Amino acid sequence: MQIDPIQLLQSALDLTLFTFLREAFADQPTALFIINILVVLSLATVPLLMVFVVGWVERKVLARMQDRIGPNRVGGRYGLLQMVADVVKMMTKEVIIPAGADLWAYLPAPVLALMTSVLLFAVLPLAPAVIGVDLNVAVFYVLAISSVSVVAILLAGWGSNNKYALLGAFRAVAQLVSYEVPMILSILVPILLARSMSTVGLVEAQNIPFIVFVPVAALVFFVSSLAETGRSPFDLLEAESEIVAGFHTEYTGMYFGLFMAGEYIAIMFMCALFSTAFLGGYRFFGLEEIVLEGGFYLGNLIGAAALFVKSAVIFFLFMWLRGTLPRFRVDQVLNFNWKFMVPLTLVLLFTVAILDKLIFTWFPDMTDIGRALIHLASNLLIAAITIEVLRRRIQRQRQALAPVVDIEHVPELEQAHAH
Amino acid sequence: MTGEQILFLVISGLTIVTGILVVTLRNLFHAALAMMVSFLGVAGLYILLDAGFLAAAQLLVYIGAISILIIFAVMLTRRMMQAQDTPFNGQAGMGLFTAVITFALISFIITRLWRQPIFATPLDVPSEVMDQIVVQLGADLVSANAYVIPFIVASLLLLAALIGAIYVAWPQEEEAS
Repeated sequence: MQIDPIQLLQSALDLTLFTFLREAFADQPTALFIINILVVLSLATVPLLMVFVVGWVERKVLARMQDRIGPNRVGGRYGLLQMVADVVKMMTKEVIIPAGADLWAYLPAPVLALMTSVLLFAVLPLAPAVIGVDLNVAVFYVLAISSVSVVAILLAGWGSNNKYALLGAFRAVAQLVSYEVPMILSILVPILLARSMSTVGLVEAQNIPFIVFVPVAALVFFVSSLAETGRSPFDLLEAESEIVAGFHTEYTGMYFGLFMAGEYIAIMFMCALFSTAFLGGYRFFGLEEIVLEGGFYLGNLIGAAALFVKSAVIFFLFMWLRGTLPRFRVDQVLNFNWKFMVPLTLVLLFTVAILDKLIFTWFPDMTDIGRALIHLASNLLIAAITIEVLRRRIQRQRQALAPVVDIEHVPELEQAHAH
Repeated sequence: MTGEQILFLVISGLTIVTGILVVTLRNLFHAALAMMVSFLGVAGLYILLDAGFLAAAQLLVYIGAISILIIFAVMLTRRMMQAQDTPFNGQAGMGLFTAVITFALISFIITRLWRQPIFATPLDVPSEVMDQIVVQLGADLVSANAYVIPFIVASLLLLAALIGAIYVAWPQEEEAS
């Protein structure tokens, strides 16, 4: 078995290392097994390392929004090594297990929380043909895995033997289970449009990004992914003024660090999933298909960079909202979901399904642009109707609180006048 | 023994052991946790059988929904910290009867089919066909020639359950007003 070192280096640089290795060792099952383990290891390690970057960026950007400087001492300039210092600090801290904790629930919870976040990255297409595993039910897999993360929160809240932790877990579960509904319904819309549940299929179908087709669905998905990751303004799972730190009140040191890392990884994945489902993922005007002479897949690097930039923009929106909006109350969160998001998404899903079916029956050879325009028009109509309905409703609410008084005909005054 | 067989033994062992723990543990919350691990083991078995869709459905339905429902019910209905009473009730005889009957039935079927080719040779279904099976399932669920009627009936049943739940949970209005 001869491996050309130059080809090996080249494949490592253009992200096709494991494809190359698989072809080279195609006839050796043991080697293939080891390669598969390496794939899993690298897929799991990269998001964990990214947490350092994401955490630092978030602290820096949030600080700027709040007119502060943010971390600026550790690691030379700009506080670049702040997150490294934080992790070292967490690792050296004592892990305090509260008296009366239910160890069977307390100990696995942070591991499960991190695991469910990392597992999601298996189905994220980084570039054409660069993906952990191209499942044909990838979106279903994502939903299944993220539904398990609720269990981790419940275990943490129960196992801590602390009322604040338990209350936080109840809130978290109520919020996560509720917002799963609009999230599933809104991601069904791009699945309908792409006729595919695989993440690669979703990306390949987007000659025009789906956000142009269905901006309202994209907005609903964005809001519910905010709620699913427990980000501001939906961060009442850890509202420190009400329930200390929520379900992870009793976790110290690196145990808390695992929850934190899991949360950041889930946020990164949600940003990447939004880019994949609505912004065209790794696609960048066909540049992601470039192959240089000598078989160097430059396009893979461009594709990965495109996905990274798109996700970064979404992540910036996450940070912006966190820096701007105050926190909702519990009843507001649940009302907003069940009385607004779910009905809106249901209407949207029905409209898109029927409209797309009609387009395909009546105009089988319509171009993507025409299809996009029709869907866009229906979406804007739905948005306009929604805003009008909301406006009237809020007007009624305000009138109920402070009824308009007709000064000319106040009954008491008229009575007094008659006497 | 291949790696797959070792994995099968580990996963099925885990499933069985946690399954036994579910009915023997005295702490009800721990029993619920053990049940969750047992469900996870079943999902692992599905993955070993190349049934990825089924495994994801198992995760979503049994762990993401049913286990959480059960844990919530356990938390809200029992004094958890004091609940150390025995999980056994007086129906051991009935349980034994059911278990023996089920065991006899399954062993009968397996011994009858043991020499049949379906057990002797592994089914060699290419993954493209397996993928098509999931697609076919989806198409059949909404096809008038297949399962659309049961599908709609099931959704009607769910709707009725939803309405019933809302009716039960609705705050009682005062008769006077």
